[in-house]
Amino acid sequence: MTAPILQIKDITKSYGKKEVLKGVSLDVNRGDLKILIGPSGAGKSTFLQCINFLVRPDKGQIWLNGKEVRCEHRRNLYAYRQKIGMIFQDFNLFDHLTALENVRIGMVKVKGIPKEEAGQRAELELERVGLKDHMHKYPAQLSGGQKQRVSIARALAMDPEVMLLDEPTSALDPELIGEVHAVIRDLGSNGMTMIMATHQIAFASLLASEIVFMEDGKIVETGTPDKIFNDAEHSRTREFCSKITDLYGER
Amino acid sequence: MPESLTAIVDALPYLLGGSLVTISVVAAAMGLGFVVGLPLAVGQVYGGVVVRAIVTVYVWFFRGIPLLVFLFLFYFGFCTTLEIDVSPYVVAVVVLGLISSAYQSQIFRGAILSLPEGQLKAARAIGMSDFQAIGSIVVPQALRLAIPGWSNEYSILLKDSAVTYALGVAEIMARAHFVATRTYQHFPLYLSAGAIFLVLTWLGTKALRLLEDRVRIPGYSPHLS
Ligand SMILES: Nc1ncnc2c1ncn2[C@@H]1O[C@H](COP(=O)(O)OP(=O)(O)O)[C@@H](O)[C@H]1O
Ligand SMILES: [Mg+2]
Repeated sequence: MTAPILQIKDITKSYGKKEVLKGVSLDVNRGDLKILIGPSGAGKSTFLQCINFLVRPDKGQIWLNGKEVRCEHRRNLYAYRQKIGMIFQDFNLFDHLTALENVRIGMVKVKGIPKEEAGQRAELELERVGLKDHMHKYPAQLSGGQKQRVSIARALAMDPEVMLLDEPTSALDPELIGEVHAVIRDLGSNGMTMIMATHQIAFASLLASEIVFMEDGKIVETGTPDKIFNDAEHSRTREFCSKITDLYGER
Repeated sequence: MPESLTAIVDALPYLLGGSLVTISVVAAAMGLGFVVGLPLAVGQVYGGVVVRAIVTVYVWFFRGIPLLVFLFLFYFGFCTTLEIDVSPYVVAVVVLGLISSAYQSQIFRGAILSLPEGQLKAARAIGMSDFQAIGSIVVPQALRLAIPGWSNEYSILLKDSAVTYALGVAEIMARAHFVATRTYQHFPLYLSAGAIFLVLTWLGTKALRLLEDRVRIPGYSPHLS
């Protein structure tokens, strides 16, 4: 077996007295799609943001391709973040830039790619998510589903090795969820390594290589979708799964 | 033609010449205030404890002392004592500019703080340094939001510029005063001066309103998102 692409060990994080992450570890293999589930406030977002140091963990270590990430050196940190794409629940597109400019700006400013070349690549990425026709629109002129697809294109343009997705469809109207899921599914079949927090059970059970159930700052249980949803060891896992199955419909 | 009207017509070219001086003082001071005020705002929002403390003291200092005191302090105090040879015009621009920088820094600070936090997060997430993220994501958005506050600052600065007549800067007020004391036509001259200020205020705020429309982000309203 090959070594994991991403190893996360014993991440802890407190806000004031409140311990939000109580030692979370996760090994991710190339091509994995790990799905994080758990109640609101479990620490899923905090954990994902600790992985690319948008939130500084208090303790813990992370290795990418077997090399420990030394985030205290800024250059290392910026280089590492390029390899870790991040998708946010509320898109966070740059409001003053068109779709094309949103995708291009990282290549130009961070990678130093000439504007024209970056623009061509940006068009390609937008085409890949089905938005070539909308590339000159501003975020405020796009639907939620389109915004999220632009944000995926923006992340892909940086050539990430791992993608973190924090409830990418939670802010979307139900009829727009499918188009975003389709893009994520495509990514997965092209071998992208992903860690995704979601409540979308149907999607998760279909595509996840592993489900990770988090609660109260800890990983309670991990397993295949079949095991977690049908035959979980912990009662908390079973309770949570039956609750979201009720909430988010048939699987 | 009544005497007062003649006085206005006679003095008008001279006063309008003064308005060019006023405009140039205000424009230069706005410019200086911008160049100094924007980094101050960034420092106050994103800086460490020391930077924030320095900015706070700076703002307190320049907002807390009357303009006239500053003008005399710089011109008669510093420049005369240290035997620095500068024109009243330069002192007027520098003093108005520094005071304006304190006010402008607070306009920009408010604008930066009103941006959603996710903008900076997303910029960092694609590997931007804080410097890049602030420069290419935060500031361009904040400046758009700052235009209404800037318009307000312009009209205040315009009116404040009349105080520089005390140093002998040949702006509108100084010229009106000069003619009035020689012709004894106080009422028509100060009325004209006031009217010119009103027109300049209107022109400036109009221009900034046009600028605001020009740089507006299509479809975007920060209060709807
Ligand atoms: N910046 C913060 N300051 C203080 N508490 C926070 C902050 N961010 C998250 N928390 C707290 O951490 C806990 C976990 O939050 P989060 O990671 O968002 O959970 P989840 O994404 O699973 O809903 C919550 O109790 C939340 O209130
Ligand atoms: Mg969350």
